[in-house]
Amino acid sequence: MKQATLRTVTDARAPSGSARSTRPVIEIKGVSKTYKTQDGEVPSLKPLDFDIHDGEFLVVVGPSGCGKSTLLKLIAGLLPPSEGEIRVDGRVVKSPHRDVGIVFQSALLLPWRRVLENVMMPVEVKGLPIGEYRNRALALLKMVGLDGFEKKYPWQLSGGMQQRAAICRALVHDPKIVLMDEPFGALDAMTRERMNVELQRIQRETGKTVLLITHSIPEAVFLADRVLVMSARPGQIDAIYDVTLPRPRSLDVMADPRFVELTQVIRRHFNDPKID
Amino acid sequence: MTKRTSAALRLVNAPWLKPLIFLLLIVVMWDLAIRLFKIPPYQIPAPKDVVVTLWEEWPMLLREAWPTMVATMWGFLLSAAFGIPVAMMIAGSRTIESYVYPLLVFSQSIPKIAIAPLFVVWFGFGMLPKVLCAFLLGFFPVVVSAVQGFKSVEPDMMDLARSMEANRWQIFRMVSLPHAMPSIFAGLKVSITLAVVGAVVGEFVGSNYGIGFVLQRSIGNFELPTMFAALVVLALIGVILFWVLDVIERLAIPWHASQRHDIFMAA
Repeated sequence: MKQATLRTVTDARAPSGSARSTRPVIEIKGVSKTYKTQDGEVPSLKPLDFDIHDGEFLVVVGPSGCGKSTLLKLIAGLLPPSEGEIRVDGRVVKSPHRDVGIVFQSALLLPWRRVLENVMMPVEVKGLPIGEYRNRALALLKMVGLDGFEKKYPWQLSGGMQQRAAICRALVHDPKIVLMDEPFGALDAMTRERMNVELQRIQRETGKTVLLITHSIPEAVFLADRVLVMSARPGQIDAIYDVTLPRPRSLDVMADPRFVELTQVIRRHFNDPKID
Repeated sequence: MTKRTSAALRLVNAPWLKPLIFLLLIVVMWDLAIRLFKIPPYQIPAPKDVVVTLWEEWPMLLREAWPTMVATMWGFLLSAAFGIPVAMMIAGSRTIESYVYPLLVFSQSIPKIAIAPLFVVWFGFGMLPKVLCAFLLGFFPVVVSAVQGFKSVEPDMMDLARSMEANRWQIFRMVSLPHAMPSIFAGLKVSITLAVVGAVVGEFVGSNYGIGFVLQRSIGNFELPTMFAALVVLALIGVILFWVLDVIERLAIPWHASQRHDIFMAA
């Protein structure tokens, strides 16, 4: 706990040691979400306040039903917040916007489109110049090691390859931020570790701001500049930890005492029997 | 040598061979049953008589099959032309769904065969009542399957499309419609076989031509071989139309057909 810098909610806005820039790309101010159901109002998120810096890799961990996915949908503009406001790059989010790419747990590739056509879908929808972005799509596919698979159909690809294609699709229109909702949750453990190393490389090469949601604490610590720990229903921030481990990180870092210690510290949040 | 054995093997494994063998077996048992239990020909004709009738009456059967086929096709096309848009509206709007869908389901509990004579009262003895009969039977399966197809798009997929700033039309064109195509075709396949039934029912109640009419006349005259021959022709119509639809499906949604093929190969 001495080595892995621990910080609490109160100074969450303090400049992060490892993030490359302190300019906030995502600002979340007093955002809460309450769902209206037949049984009355169900609070999903208590008011949240935090920023995500430009080029930062922020990982959110929390138990099931803590509103992690809701948070992601709020930032993407898919849901309106009940209170507060979200700004992306200074602009208030009211509806889906250009600056976001999303990767879900399942790759969600359209089975009637070939891999390249799937990656190009955001370009088509947004009416961006096809020729220019086609080259970008091809370059992205090459970067994730899918060159030669452009003309294949999704079902001809393995699960890991499908998820790589989905990452390319999220990046193709050059968004400022990439939101990932348990992107590797459906993959086997070995593929998952490889994809983590891969994602780290992609993030470093593209310089994107990434918000990733996961259930896996080691995955969180391995990938993150900062780990945001959420507590259960209604969701709120329990703690934010800086991960100061040097980059690029290889899988060996998981044996590093600082890594081990931080995962234990985070795990304690979920084993604690106390009810808040 | 290996070439010849592999060709023979392919013949043995051909998908049409096994049902054909089974069919022959049924015909043989049919023949045996008639001989063993001494069933009189005015109750069940011998297979041989049916084949002979088929051969001799073929021009007449073909001539009578044509109007039945036309009525079936029109009924089916109307089912598709109305069923798919209705399904789109039901899947696209909760309000429309809440108004229309329960009534549609309720209307299905009315035996449509009972309404057929009404069509004759309204529209006479022409083609129209037959077409309407075929349409009435073929319409519902198209709607049900298409609604299910449109509605089964994963919510995450919808969120993904929306996050790309896709508008409703784009989501429909790029996601919902292609996603629903396999279900729509499944519904169309049920619909076309039911449309044949509808056309024949239409001919039963009010027509002096068509296979349905041949069926009724031959029963009235105790011409059982002719009746059985008409049944064979009717089955052929159904099979041919189904097969044509299957070919169209393969051309329209090759991604689905190929995927299915792959699963079939793996199984």
